Amino acid sequence: MELVPRILEGDRRALARLISLIEDDGPPAQAALAALYPYTGRAHVVGVTGAPGTGKSTLVNELAKGFRRRGSTVGIIAVDPTSPFTGGALLGDRVRMRDLAGDPGIFIRSMATRGSLGGLARATGDVVKVLDAAGFAVILVETVGVGQAEVDIARTAHTTVVVEAPGLGDDVQALKAGLMEIADILVVNKADQPGAAQTARALEVALELGRNNAGPGKDAAWRPPVLKTIALDGSGVAEVLDAIAAHRAYLESSGLWSHREQARARADLIGALERELLARLLVQVGEEALEEWAARIARREADVYTAVQALLR
Amino acid sequence: MGERLRVLIAKPGLDGHDRGAKVVARALRDAGMEVIYTGLRQTPEMIVEAALQEDVDAVGLSILSGAHMMLVPRVIQGLREAGLDHVRVFVGGIIPDEDIPALKEAGVEAIFGPGTSTQTIVEAVRRACSGG
Repeated sequence: MELVPRILEGDRRALARLISLIEDDGPPAQAALAALYPYTGRAHVVGVTGAPGTGKSTLVNELAKGFRRRGSTVGIIAVDPTSPFTGGALLGDRVRMRDLAGDPGIFIRSMATRGSLGGLARATGDVVKVLDAAGFAVILVETVGVGQAEVDIARTAHTTVVVEAPGLGDDVQALKAGLMEIADILVVNKADQPGAAQTARALEVALELGRNNAGPGKDAAWRPPVLKTIALDGSGVAEVLDAIAAHRAYLESSGLWSHREQARARADLIGALERELLARLLVQVGEEALEEWAARIARREADVYTAVQALLR
Repeated sequence: MGERLRVLIAKPGLDGHDRGAKVVARALRDAGMEVIYTGLRQTPEMIVEAALQEDVDAVGLSILSGAHMMLVPRVIQGLREAGLDHVRVFVGGIIPDEDIPALKEAGVEAIFGPGTSTQTIVEAVRRACSGG
């Protein structure tokens, strides 16, 4: 397990290697994660999510530069989709992050979703932990371009930034459940384009409506700010950085930081249990049994629930 | 789930023609690989840094500017200095025949000129990265 001490000493090659092992899964990765876990818990994990083409990568590039100017080191995880047909992926987020090259205070890693559907890869949460243990003060997690319901990022991040752009839908879109609800900070990017003011207004209205009937679990004390940026030239980015810092201060002073940490730990635990239990069951009954039941279900000789009970017996 | 090949496709130098790089990136993607695409005007230092952070198995360099004899050896030397000797390097683009022996001598795995089929490239990358 020589990777762990090297990572703690700041060896970037060891860091990159362990991330690959985590992506490929297996006992060595789990042992390393266990050894690194005591060194985690210091980083501020910031999620950046939104529809494809809203400018997430460009904004992440600007946010990273801003954090560096303010003295923080930055780890970046940029997630792009895996093809459901070939298993391949084209990871193109680095194209927008060339300004960050050559800075030893920055580490960028592209990740493919490898079949996960919530906007992140299965291993993203564990890679966050490795970057945290390696000492990065801020970890920016850029999700795949999402639709409406890929909200895994809210469980992984302390602070979630939802990026919108003008012209992507009317004000009813802003009322729908899902993405908007997880926003701690809303950014209308491409604010120099027509319709930016209307988009920002629609978001404000939706937030106001939501505020009046904030249910349990939704903290009324933090009102997500709606900020306008032009990520291409950096306009408005300082305000986003300020809002991220303010949200962190709010989480800490309100006790929500530890609350979110526990919610994340719980989700991690359930996820790991699901995978482990399924793996053990497959060892017990064998892949063939699973295939047999799948065939019987497809032929309408059995149903899914009967099969589950039979497989677990 | 087994280990998946990761390949960095980069365009060093100053020419702005990235169609070839994109065609190859897409072909490798369709062959089931994870392709990290870095875009135009990468310096050798940027390419080495990206290869290290992304823990790739191979680097593909697309060069149409004629500066390959300067750029390619610098990338390969940088990879060695970073401890990335295992990373296979491929070059695509317009490379005169007389330069090929020197590039191979410098450590290039294979060179793909205009008209090379994407199938040839996919097979060469797969073979080189599976310890061949």
